[in-house]
Amino acid sequence: MKLNSKICAAPYLVWMTAFIVAPLLMVIYFAFTDKEGNFTLENLSGLGQYASVFVRSLLLAAIATVICLFLAYPLSFMLSRLRVNKQRIMLMLVMLPMWMNFLLRTYAWMTLLERNGLINSFFGLFGIGPFNMINTQGAVVLGMVYNYLPYMILPLYTIMVKIDDSLIEAAEDLGSNLFQKVTKVLIPLSMPGITTGITMVFVPSVSTFIISRMLGGGSNMLIGDLIELQFLGNSYNYNLGSAMSLVLMVVVLLCMGLTNILDSENKEGGVI
Amino acid sequence: MENTIVGLKDIVVDFDGETVLNGLSLDIHDKEFVTLLGPSGCGKTTTLRVIGGFIEPKSGNVFFDGKEITGLPAYKRQVNTVFQKYALFPHLNVYENVAFGLRLRRVEEKELKTRVLEMLEMVGLRGFERRDTTTLSGGQQQRVAIARALVNHPRVLLLDEPLGALDLKLRKEMQTELKRIQKDTNITFIYVTHDQEEALTMSDTVVVMHGGYIQQIGTPVDIYNEPQNAFVADFIGESNILSGVMERDFCVEFAGQQFACVDKGFAPRELVDVVVRPEDVQVVPAIQGQLSGVVKSVIFKGVHYEIIVEQAGFEWKIHSTQSQQPGEFVGMNIGPDEIHIMHRMGEAAR
Repeated sequence: MKLNSKICAAPYLVWMTAFIVAPLLMVIYFAFTDKEGNFTLENLSGLGQYASVFVRSLLLAAIATVICLFLAYPLSFMLSRLRVNKQRIMLMLVMLPMWMNFLLRTYAWMTLLERNGLINSFFGLFGIGPFNMINTQGAVVLGMVYNYLPYMILPLYTIMVKIDDSLIEAAEDLGSNLFQKVTKVLIPLSMPGITTGITMVFVPSVSTFIISRMLGGGSNMLIGDLIELQFLGNSYNYNLGSAMSLVLMVVVLLCMGLTNILDSENKEGGVI
Repeated sequence: MENTIVGLKDIVVDFDGETVLNGLSLDIHDKEFVTLLGPSGCGKTTTLRVIGGFIEPKSGNVFFDGKEITGLPAYKRQVNTVFQKYALFPHLNVYENVAFGLRLRRVEEKELKTRVLEMLEMVGLRGFERRDTTTLSGGQQQRVAIARALVNHPRVLLLDEPLGALDLKLRKEMQTELKRIQKDTNITFIYVTHDQEEALTMSDTVVVMHGGYIQQIGTPVDIYNEPQNAFVADFIGESNILSGVMERDFCVEFAGQQFACVDKGFAPRELVDVVVRPEDVQVVPAIQGQLSGVVKSVIFKGVHYEIIVEQAGFEWKIHSTQSQQPGEFVGMNIGPDEIHIMHRMGEAAR
């Protein structure tokens, strides 16, 4: 029997309709209706007062993404040039934190960063501090970087193992110094990995609520927290929550569109 | 030599404790087409990479135009390389690939354009400027790689088995093409290959390498006609290699017979390697031959027949335009000029 590729997609199609398309339509429906089910634009027009939360979310997520990129890029290159068996071990080490529960990992940072936490106790031995680390925006960014760094490393590494050494040698042969080798050959060739990595770190960072709640305290509320409040919190209002989700989705899409323009000269597509 | 452009002196290279080059010394003359020839693992590519600056030797010196460049990084050297698998930049089109080196040196846009187009013209790719390199055929990619290297006007062009991935017909075309380009541009070419025919066709000088040592340096004619040892004889063209004893000057014994030869100056009764080319053995009726044996097989090869004759346990390979019957008893004659005698090599070098 011939393998029909269209039939292969059928299970996912059912899944997608039930769990992605339908909820999406529901989000749109709730965003444009009030509690009685009448059409309204109030949910969306009322979002202006939360602009600062949106900006903070985007800003912190962007900072975390940039830090991830700068940490992951050189590391991924180093990984891709190791011997194959060493690559496997190193990749496992990179992924190791991901095997641990996400909440647990973030709790661990709380005990480290607290006013009476391990770091401050350590500094206390030398009579320094205590520093105010928990419940700051810095702590939130740290939590994002810590949790999502592997999602930056993996796509970068995947694309870099495919870049042949001879291409880098060719660049050097034609007169490139170290900086030019990186900017004129390595970065353009790894662009699909860069955009995928940015997407995979930025999107979960911008919509996170656990990290900001645990490490950011009440004062650094992100859009994720705000949405959660509408569904599970005291201000129970899923129409407003849906409107927020919708706007967040559009903003994220715009950001991704922007990233992909960077990649547009590149013919090879990324993972996403 | 006065016109030496690249000089290697006592170069030692090892990878993970394994020695690849054993104190190699070599002078390459300006404007020559020099080929490094040898089987895989002989150190020829390593030698090329030492010249290109991609491998720093453990010891020894590299000279360029009389100046030492041993520690100089590749991007500061006046050499360019055509890589084995072309190594064209997939994110750039043909024009930008060729322009890459010139852009790095901030060549003015107008001059850059002239030089790139001129170079594409020379390799026969005019009109391909906007093409994506990944859509080109192997031969075309090869030409882009050559243009990309030559547009920088290097003093020396290094070529690492550049024709290895092409089919036979294209390879022959590119051989002629490369030779023409080398003549036109008057640049020194250092060419690495394991294909002895390619080496003989294109080169002014052939450097035969084996086991990290240079076995022989000479013109293609010298290398073919006067191989210095059994390895070179065997590697360059086909050979019958027998062990023999040098009876006295101009007389050698092998295959149970004494033969007149043109070599002298060996120690009395010295054990030697005797090399006879397959086309130099004449097949004659059995009674007229210096040697005689039974025809084991006859294979038609196009221009000639390859005849295997067994004589006293040794299988002679003979190239002849005349066919023979398998099983037939035939004689073989070898003229004194056709017997090449060389000192025995150590087993390790074989």
